Amino acid sequence: MKLRILKIVPILALSLLYGGCASTPDEGTIGDGASAGESGDGSATTAGAVEGGSWMGSALDDPSSPLSTRVIHFDFDASEIRADYRDVVIAHGEYLAANPTVTVTVEGHTDERGSREYNIGLGERRANAVKRLMLAQGAFETQMVTVSYGEERPLSLGSDEASLAQNRRAEILY
Amino acid sequence: MKIDKVMKKIIFFIVLSFWHLQAAAALTIEITEGAEGALPIAVVPFGSEGSGVGPGEQIARIISEDLKRSGRFKTLPVGDMLARPHAGSEVEFRDWKVLGMENLVVGKVQPHGTGGYLVRFQLFDVYKGEQLTGYNIPATERDLRATAHHIADIIYEKLTGQRGAFATRIAYVISSGVTADKRKISLVVADADGYSPQTIVTSEEPLMSPAWSPDGRKLAYVSFEKGRPAVYVQEVFTGRRQKVAAYKGINGAPAWSPDGRKLALTLSKDGNPEIYVLNVGTRGLKRLTNHYAIDTEPAWSPDSSSIVFTSDRGGKPQIYRVSAAGGKAKRLTYEGDYNARASYSPDGRLLAMVTRQGRAYRVGVLDLESGGLQVLSEGQLDESPSFAPNGSMVIYATKTGSKAELAAVSVDGRVRQRLALQEGDVREPVWSPYKRSNRREP
Repeated sequence: MKLRILKIVPILALSLLYGGCASTPDEGTIGDGASAGESGDGSATTAGAVEGGSWMGSALDDPSSPLSTRVIHFDFDASEIRADYRDVVIAHGEYLAANPTVTVTVEGHTDERGSREYNIGLGERRANAVKRLMLAQGAFETQMVTVSYGEERPLSLGSDEASLAQNRRAEILY
Repeated sequence: MKIDKVMKKIIFFIVLSFWHLQAAAALTIEITEGAEGALPIAVVPFGSEGSGVGPGEQIARIISEDLKRSGRFKTLPVGDMLARPHAGSEVEFRDWKVLGMENLVVGKVQPHGTGGYLVRFQLFDVYKGEQLTGYNIPATERDLRATAHHIADIIYEKLTGQRGAFATRIAYVISSGVTADKRKISLVVADADGYSPQTIVTSEEPLMSPAWSPDGRKLAYVSFEKGRPAVYVQEVFTGRRQKVAAYKGINGAPAWSPDGRKLALTLSKDGNPEIYVLNVGTRGLKRLTNHYAIDTEPAWSPDSSSIVFTSDRGGKPQIYRVSAAGGKAKRLTYEGDYNARASYSPDGRLLAMVTRQGRAYRVGVLDLESGGLQVLSEGQLDESPSFAPNGSMVIYATKTGSKAELAAVSVDGRVRQRLALQEGDVREPVWSPYKRSNRREP
C-alpha cells in the first residue's frame, strides 16, 4: 500500500523535472536538481516543481522510492519473483514504460551450489522473470538487455545461508 | 637501448634455464588417502655426468612423485636406501629385497650433443633380479621435466598394464583478488602434477568452461570480457584465438566432438538454453534440442554417436542423452534430484557428474551399462569432474572452508589427492587428452 503511493511521487517528480527531455538519466551525471538543470536542455529547474517532498533528483536516486531497490532476491533453485519483490519490479517496469528512452541491463545470478553452466541457465531464467514482469507494465523489449552470470559474480563470498541467499538475485542496472 | 635488450636476453636465458625443473609449483599435491596393496618401488636418484650440478636427482624425484601420486605405488624415501646405483651393473638386488622393494629404477643423465642430455634409465624386478625395461632418451634442457613424466609413464604402463597419464596437462580457472572489483580471473595450463603453470588468458570478467580439443592443442572457453558471454577457441601454444559464438543470450558450455571439428554448445538465442552443434570450420550451426527447460552442459560420447546433457525438463536437473544427429532425448539418471555436468570416461563406459547427496554436491560416476551411480568425493561443494585420459582418475573442484581448490580421486574411489594452491580460488579443472605427438617411442 505504502509502496504504491511512494512510487507515484518520484515518477511525478521525474516527469516534471525532465518533461519530454530525451536524455537518458544516468546515475553519474544527475546528482540533484541544480546540476541537472545545468547539464540538461537549459530549461529552468525550480525547487518548487517537486511537490510534497524534499527529493530534488531523479526518482532513480530517491532512497525512499521502490526504484532504489535494484537487487531482486530469489528462493533456492527458483526463478519466480517473490511476493516481497513484486512491487519493486512493477515500479521499474512502470518507470521504463514512462521513460521509453531509458534502457536497463538485467543481470541474473545464482548461488554457488550446483554446476556452473546450469547456473548460467538458472540465472538467465531469473533475469527473464524480471524482464517479463517489466514488459507486462508496458516497458519495451528494446529497453532491456539480459545477461546471466550464473554463480560467477557473487555479492557475498561466504558459504553460509545468508551469503547464498544474497547471491541468488537479479540486478536491474540503469 | 642496446644494453637493455642484451639484459633482457640474459634475463630471459636465466629464466629459461631454471624454468624446466624449478618451475614454480602453483599447485601442491598431497595424497590424502592411499590405496591398499600399492606396489613398493624404489627410484634411486639418477647420476649426473659432466660439470656442475646435474638434473639427475630432480628427474628421479619427479618420477617418484608421479608414481606415488597415482596411488598405485609406494615409493621408498631416498634416506632409507642402502645403496645408490646408477646402472644395472651396480645393483645388488639383496639391498632392495631387504627393504621389501618389488621394483627398482636406476638411471643417469649424460651430456649429449650441444647443450642436450641423454637420460638413461632401467626398471628392474627385484625378486627375479632382471630388467623389465630400459631406455636412452635424448632430451633438451627444456624438456627434462617432460622426459621425467614420460619415464614415469613407461614404468607405470610396464607395471600396471595401463597407459600412464603423467606427461599430460590440466587446464583450470583461477580467480584471485578478494573484492569483486579487484578480481582477476585467469585460465591456466599446467603439467598434470601442477608444475609449470602458464596463464593463457586473463580477464576482470568471468572466464568459464575450458574444454581441450581432442588433439590437446586448443582450448575452447567462455569469456565475459565484453560484458556478455562469448565462446572462444584459443591455440594453447601460440595464444592465437578466434571468437566462435557470440549470439544474443547465453553462449556457453563448449564441448569438442571427438574429431575436433565441431563444438557442441549452449545458446539461448532462440529464447531459452538449447544444445547446438557448431561446425568450427564452416560456422554452420545445427540445433539439437528443443525444449522450454534448461538444456545445457553437452558432452560428446567418445564414439561420436551421442551427446549427453543436463536438462531440468523433468522438474529437476538430470542427465539426458540424445543422438548426435538429433532426435528424442533419453533420461539417464534417476537417482537423486540433482545430477548435472556429465562427462564421459575415455572408454565411454562411465559418466562423471555432479550429484546432490542430501545437502552436499559431490562427484558421482554412473556406470552406463548397469545404471549404478557411485559417489566418489566427500566434499560439500564438489563440481566439474574431468577424467584423466587413461581413465584412472577424476580431477574435480572442491571447497575447503571458503577456499576453492582442486582434488583428484581414483575411479574406484580408493585414492584421493588434494591439489592445494598457494593463492586464489581454483576451479573447473580439465584434464588434457593425450597429445597426438605424445606417444613417441623413446
